Amino acid sequence: MNTIKKLSGYLWMLMSPLLILFLLFQANQKISSAAAAVKSNVILQWSIILLIFTPICVGFFIFGKYASAGEYDHLPESSEEV
Amino acid sequence: MSKEIKQSKIAFVIGASSVGTLIEWYDFYIFGMLATIISKQFFPANAGTAALLSTLAIFAAGFIVRPFGALVFGRLGDLIGRKHTFLLTLVIMGGSTFAIGLVPGYATIGWAAPILVLILRLLQGLALGGEYGGAATYVAEHAPVGQRGFWTSWIQTTATLGLFLALGIIILIRSNQGVEKFSAEWGGWRYPFWISIILVGVSVLIRMRMSESPMFTKLKSEGKTSVNPLKESFGQKNNFKMVLLALFGAVMGQGVVWYTGQFYAQSFIETVCKIDFIQSRNIMLVAILMATPCFVLFGWLSDKVGRKWIMLFGMLAAVFTYRPIYQQFLTISSTQSRADKIDLAKTVASPAKVKVDSKDATQFIVTQSFDTAYTDGAVFKYTKTDSFHLAAAYDAMVPIDSLSPSIIVSKSAKPNVVLEKILGHSDFWSMIWLVFIQIVYVTMVYGPIAAFLVEMFPTKIRYTSMSLPYHIGNGVFGGLVPFLGTLIVEFTKTAQNPKGDSLAGLWYPIGVAAVCFIIGLIYLTNKIDKNVMD
Repeated sequence: MNTIKKLSGYLWMLMSPLLILFLLFQANQKISSAAAAVKSNVILQWSIILLIFTPICVGFFIFGKYASAGEYDHLPESSEEV
Repeated sequence: MSKEIKQSKIAFVIGASSVGTLIEWYDFYIFGMLATIISKQFFPANAGTAALLSTLAIFAAGFIVRPFGALVFGRLGDLIGRKHTFLLTLVIMGGSTFAIGLVPGYATIGWAAPILVLILRLLQGLALGGEYGGAATYVAEHAPVGQRGFWTSWIQTTATLGLFLALGIIILIRSNQGVEKFSAEWGGWRYPFWISIILVGVSVLIRMRMSESPMFTKLKSEGKTSVNPLKESFGQKNNFKMVLLALFGAVMGQGVVWYTGQFYAQSFIETVCKIDFIQSRNIMLVAILMATPCFVLFGWLSDKVGRKWIMLFGMLAAVFTYRPIYQQFLTISSTQSRADKIDLAKTVASPAKVKVDSKDATQFIVTQSFDTAYTDGAVFKYTKTDSFHLAAAYDAMVPIDSLSPSIIVSKSAKPNVVLEKILGHSDFWSMIWLVFIQIVYVTMVYGPIAAFLVEMFPTKIRYTSMSLPYHIGNGVFGGLVPFLGTLIVEFTKTAQNPKGDSLAGLWYPIGVAAVCFIIGLIYLTNKIDKNVMD
């Protein structure tokens, strides 16, 4: 199980930048194709989405890094371990 | 005797904490429940989907700031104590909710209206961010060993009961006022916001009688409280890795399941299926009422079999059944499938109603409704509105159809058609069951989660550490479900398919719940921490 935990950690690390790239690609596509009347609205919507999900993706990368380093092989059982 | 006193003390702790939390959820949710009316009041007329999206964005803004509220008030709760912190959040929440009810509409103060509403909504979000973690921590720190899941599950019912209370009050006012009076600028939709101040006042009085958490009091008397809860929670790897695990392995999936079952479902039934305002809320009310005891059931069960598998099963069931459930919503409410069931004897077209502009008699609006009745008891109401501008003042004696084309200066290019469906008895109950199933998933993922989070973190930084993942999971991942769901459906609209794929919005909660399920499956343990005193 610990091997799966570590290996999937690399997957989460890989997924994080891919998710950010996917969001950037979508934002670019939707903003370029938006009609002039609603363009500022679309820019605002995507700015909010990127602003929120980018730090979460960074957190997901750190989670993957910890997992791949074996940090979750043993979970703390008391506060002394935290 | 001491056991009886202990039980009654816990009952008081649960009651006092739950009432306040329930009211905070009520305050927070009435905004979402009234989104369609608020979009008309606080944004320019004729903004259509853009106004609804903007309202949902303001609604979502309240969710997005919840993690910041978690940081601010979580830190305060770990420094000065649980009781005073969640007393403060209650006052902020009540004050801002009441104030939303006082903001004049766009027609009166222009863009200041949505800006003021946004600011108040952000305050609501901050307050809620501090409330829940405090209440859950407070109850868990009073609960006897081996019953933490059961006792904290009462706190878990408050989010759903707050929604229930919001729906109930809105339906009650709307039923007594009718559509026009309810939706007017200073109409009945504001009353639920004003009622909040009374509810909050009562709750503040109750909470002031509560004493501080025994575990926090002990820590404080021993001088062991945290000096810098934020640094200890997120600056130390051993604790921060648990914050990340709580978020990605449990709370983000729980958040999307919660908000899909209780918010997206209602929005879908009302705006996509076009079910009548009152009936769509009745569907939610009955389903919520039926499913709420399951929170306590799964909280209790989690004390026996562990928290992990109950939460993960709820997520997995959601992943596999959301699309069939929502497809069934569409089938039940579709017009095409009932074409051969039209009850001609009860199908009526009401006479056209003309409303002349009070300032300009050459402009008027014509409204006509057609009620199509079906043999299963359903009635689909089509209301068609046309606007006219004449060269001379409108003469009420001349029927609309007989107006000479030469006198018509302009007419709306396309009539605005509003469809509202009232389902027959059998379909009404089918809808309730479909929502009920989704809320049972909610109870599975949400019932045990307070106990699960409390057990993950030490007492001195518990408020801060559990609040942040909880509010990112629920506030950001969950709170964005209606907004992102609607946005994804918008993306699927093309010239060839102007309605888009109504089910596309579900890919967001399904995707998040699936990833969370896999992470939870691999990394979480099912062990119950018996000692949360450390």
